[in-house]
Amino acid sequence: MKQFKGRPVVAGKCTAPALVSHGGFNTLASFQGALQFGDLPIIGNKYKQTECDDQNNKDLYRKPMLNKALCLPQTIGSTTGGMILYCANVLGKCPSCLLFSEHIDSLAAAGAAISAVWSESPMPVVDCLGQEFLDYVKDGMTIDVAEDGTVTVR
Amino acid sequence: MNENFNYKMKLTDEQAAILNGSKGETMAKVMKTLVLYGDAFNAEKMVPVTSEKGHLVTSFGLKVMKPVHDLMDALIEGGALSAQKFSVDPKPLDPNVPSDFLKNFVFNKFMYSVQDKYDAQLEKLGLIDKNSYTCTCYMDEVGNKPNKGDVLSWAESSAVVYANSVLGAKCNRNSGIIELFGSIVGCVPYFGLLTDEGRKATWVVEVKTSKKPEAQILGSAIGMKVMEDVPYVKGLDKWLGTELDGDTCAYLKDFGAATASNGAVGLYHIENLTPEAVEQGEDLVVDGAKTYVIDDAELERVKASYPVMWKDKNAAPKLCFVGCPHLSFNQLVEWTENVSAELKKNGLKKVSVPTVFTAAPGVIEKFNATPFAAKLKATGVVLSYICPLMYMNNPLAKSMAVITNSNKLRTYTTSRYYTSDEILSIITKEVK
Repeated sequence: MKQFKGRPVVAGKCTAPALVSHGGFNTLASFQGALQFGDLPIIGNKYKQTECDDQNNKDLYRKPMLNKALCLPQTIGSTTGGMILYCANVLGKCPSCLLFSEHIDSLAAAGAAISAVWSESPMPVVDCLGQEFLDYVKDGMTIDVAEDGTVTVR
Repeated sequence: MNENFNYKMKLTDEQAAILNGSKGETMAKVMKTLVLYGDAFNAEKMVPVTSEKGHLVTSFGLKVMKPVHDLMDALIEGGALSAQKFSVDPKPLDPNVPSDFLKNFVFNKFMYSVQDKYDAQLEKLGLIDKNSYTCTCYMDEVGNKPNKGDVLSWAESSAVVYANSVLGAKCNRNSGIIELFGSIVGCVPYFGLLTDEGRKATWVVEVKTSKKPEAQILGSAIGMKVMEDVPYVKGLDKWLGTELDGDTCAYLKDFGAATASNGAVGLYHIENLTPEAVEQGEDLVVDGAKTYVIDDAELERVKASYPVMWKDKNAAPKLCFVGCPHLSFNQLVEWTENVSAELKKNGLKKVSVPTVFTAAPGVIEKFNATPFAAKLKATGVVLSYICPLMYMNNPLAKSMAVITNSNKLRTYTTSRYYTSDEILSIITKEVK
């Protein structure tokens, strides 16, 4: 077990299994399949658990993101990113929390801010957890997030 | 209203009043979102948006984006309209683009069934006009070209990186919705690429290729390496020259789009070429900047790393898209001439792969007024204002063997990347 102290961008508590992206997380590429087709019965079965649709992300491609503690350095890609995170949040297709090893980027920060003000139940977002966090955490480890940005990995 | 909201940023009396509800609850929520956004970056203050016009990234009436449409309704009902007119990304549908019954059914009845409603929302919020749908709003033919030093509240990664780098405007890589919020209240948090410090380069990229590098691969390589950092690129002026003419701007448009989609670059400096690099030179580079050397082998390595997502990797191409981001007028003319010449050389009259060139409505209008329009039409190439990315974002398109010279389109879809020369060769040769 190890604890990491980050900065709560959107304060909140949760416990969830870890899902780790070591490279930049492309929000649009990752969520587009699940958001567009997650509710379409014929096409959507594979997207029910918000499977990552980013073919360039070797860590996450085709892995379910729903209700996971998504551990990542930063988000990259299209500037629809924050809006996509907001939609995923409102539609209940998002991870349990976002845990950034680095300082949060502008797209993810926008998604966090929009969700915090305009949605009923924004997901906790913690940043500045450090590279050691991303080196230590592995898929499936249990993560506890505290209101003050403390992240416990066990 | 937001009296108990703790924030770090220093607001003016007027901004604080808006936050506290002086202009209504909806405007207060808009301001609160911007303050939270700025606080995440320890922004000390808000600064006024000084550009004449805004640009939004969200042009698509996707049924699944209901939360965004609901939010837009809330803004309109709350009187929180944009204080500046804005352009918006390209439309996802165009009847001129090759399709079939099933695709049309899925597009119109399922995916984009609320497009008309969303277009009406954009008009109410402040859309310039019905021809303002393009990712290249900064083209002269479109007319949303900010001045050097202007502070923008824009989104669309390719437009932001172009405005910052080539035009010398100041804009963060804002997300969809946030960019509209900045245009509504007329101010944005002061951080990142708005500051002198944030515009300094933390990477030096040395281009040491034996020929002019393909813009889309060079941009991809740099984006993947530097992610969201600012690169200072040396050695590219050897191939591009030192003047921002039409061809060079078009090259930088495609280069920048690749840096922004394959990474998260919001600003780049090209030595002896882009405005701040010309003015400040290597003073733009921070001490201890990292170095990335790009030679022919590195570009080959990057290109070879792109996964081919087709089920049948040897399938014959069924569709070709050129123009993501939208083509400039000069690019359209060049492609027209090249396709015509190659077809003639190969004894063909029409392209062998259904091909779509995309450009802004204003660029298309200008092009259609020239003799090149008939010449292009004769080749069988379709000219459209569509967003290829939105066209490709569906399971039906995923099963198609689509080719493109756009690294952005490759990144977000199952389309297969080829260089412009390779694309030209493929579409002008007889399919065997």
